Amino acid sequence: MSLIEITNLGYDLGAKKILHDIDLKLFEGEIVTVVGPNGSGKSTLLRLIIGAINPTKGSIERKQNLRIGYVPQSLHIDPTIPITVKRFLNLPIRVPINDLTEATKQAGINNLFDKQMTELSGGQFQRVLLARALINKPDILLLDEPTQGLDQPGSANFYQQIEQLRKMLNCSVLMVSHELHVVMSASDRVICLNGHICCQGKPEIVASAPEYKEIFGSGTEGALAIYRHEHNHSHGSDNLKENNVG
Amino acid sequence: MLDSFLIRAALAGIGIALAAGPLGCFIVWRRMAYFGEATAHASVLGIALSLAISAPIFYGALLVSLVMAVIVSSLSSRGYAMDTLLGVVAHSALASGLVAVSFISGIRIDVMAFLFGDILAVNKQDLLLIWFGSLVVMALIYWRWSPLLIATMSTDLAHASGIKPKKEQLILTIILALFVAVAIKVIGVILIVSMLVIPAATALRLANTPEKMAIGAMIVGTVSVLGGLQLSFSFDTPTGPTIVCFAAILFIISNIFALIRRS
Repeated sequence: MSLIEITNLGYDLGAKKILHDIDLKLFEGEIVTVVGPNGSGKSTLLRLIIGAINPTKGSIERKQNLRIGYVPQSLHIDPTIPITVKRFLNLPIRVPINDLTEATKQAGINNLFDKQMTELSGGQFQRVLLARALINKPDILLLDEPTQGLDQPGSANFYQQIEQLRKMLNCSVLMVSHELHVVMSASDRVICLNGHICCQGKPEIVASAPEYKEIFGSGTEGALAIYRHEHNHSHGSDNLKENNVG
Repeated sequence: MLDSFLIRAALAGIGIALAAGPLGCFIVWRRMAYFGEATAHASVLGIALSLAISAPIFYGALLVSLVMAVIVSSLSSRGYAMDTLLGVVAHSALASGLVAVSFISGIRIDVMAFLFGDILAVNKQDLLLIWFGSLVVMALIYWRWSPLLIATMSTDLAHASGIKPKKEQLILTIILALFVAVAIKVIGVILIVSMLVIPAATALRLANTPEKMAIGAMIVGTVSVLGGLQLSFSFDTPTGPTIVCFAAILFIISNIFALIRRS
């Protein structure tokens, strides 16, 4: 049984077709990455799934009582709103402190509760957003360019965390990213999006697909190289260093 | 006790300051200062209409503020910038209000009184209306606090939590219209925005959570009302503007205090 089933989905903005003919199923426990050029409708797809916007056409079926954890694209918090990390995590519903501590631990942060949201570094901020998404023990995590504004080691670190989380919580992950080389290594399935789904499949298959090369050019050998390179090693703490070199 | 005009003025001012505190925080966070001012301007048309049919001012002001707020909210998603729309709607309403007043024969009304309000002329009925209105405003904000807050911070996060930002915005707009209708007679169009924005902006520097900022704004507003009344009585200065000056001084002090604490 799929968690989310998208059928014949279309979304228009005025006369412009942002997305069309999208069919997509997301299954339990898998990590799916959506790649695509700017303006290809990646963020729109996620916003349709969380219900921030309604489809022009087609349908999105969610499993009953599906819990979605959403990490938005580089959220800007207005500096006129004084808010501590703890209060932010307690919005809009108050959460027992044990659940809070657990979620922050899972997201890889601690001792940030009393900090102001505006004082956080980019990496800390993204992890707070991640912790927020983890609080209601989601069946699926939706991540929209979660590493925007992070440097390369930072984002490699972040994706590694996601992979660990998937193992730990057995939740599915659907993420949007432009950092092909880092993301592909952690994905079970890659979807190449450009208004419609150009191609999809295992990372290595997508990376060698002609549709993919047409969009991203030939500079994608690197992605594949790192993908293979990673799997020559056992998963462990030294993955991060490998990614740094790459 | 309520027979003293100074006591009545103080109570009226405190009632308004308490409602303005938490509401003003949202005005500051959502950058709606101009929206507040536009709503207040538009309510002048409502006052004129009420006078024309000899209805209570409150209802006319409330009706026109609500209509204006809803028109602007629904038009803003159709290709005009929010402040452009506000400029068109609010000033047209204010102007038609002033024109309409000139047609009312038989009654001599000082429109200027509604621009600046007259807190010293508050009677017991006004007091009742102000406190009732303020309590409703506070109750509504208390009820919608968390959803409004998350919708203010990020519409996408709100959607992900099952909250509809459009609905929250409409509720906030209605609360603002209610506040304006309650406050217009006492503090007038010009001072409404000051009471919303200055206390909230003052509390912002000293608070570390949204709740503390709201409570801080209520305190700053109350202190400004009492201090302003006292000064205006001692120095025989116009009361409304003196209250605003007092609030502005608190704003400066809080900024200096925040600067010192940071360094």
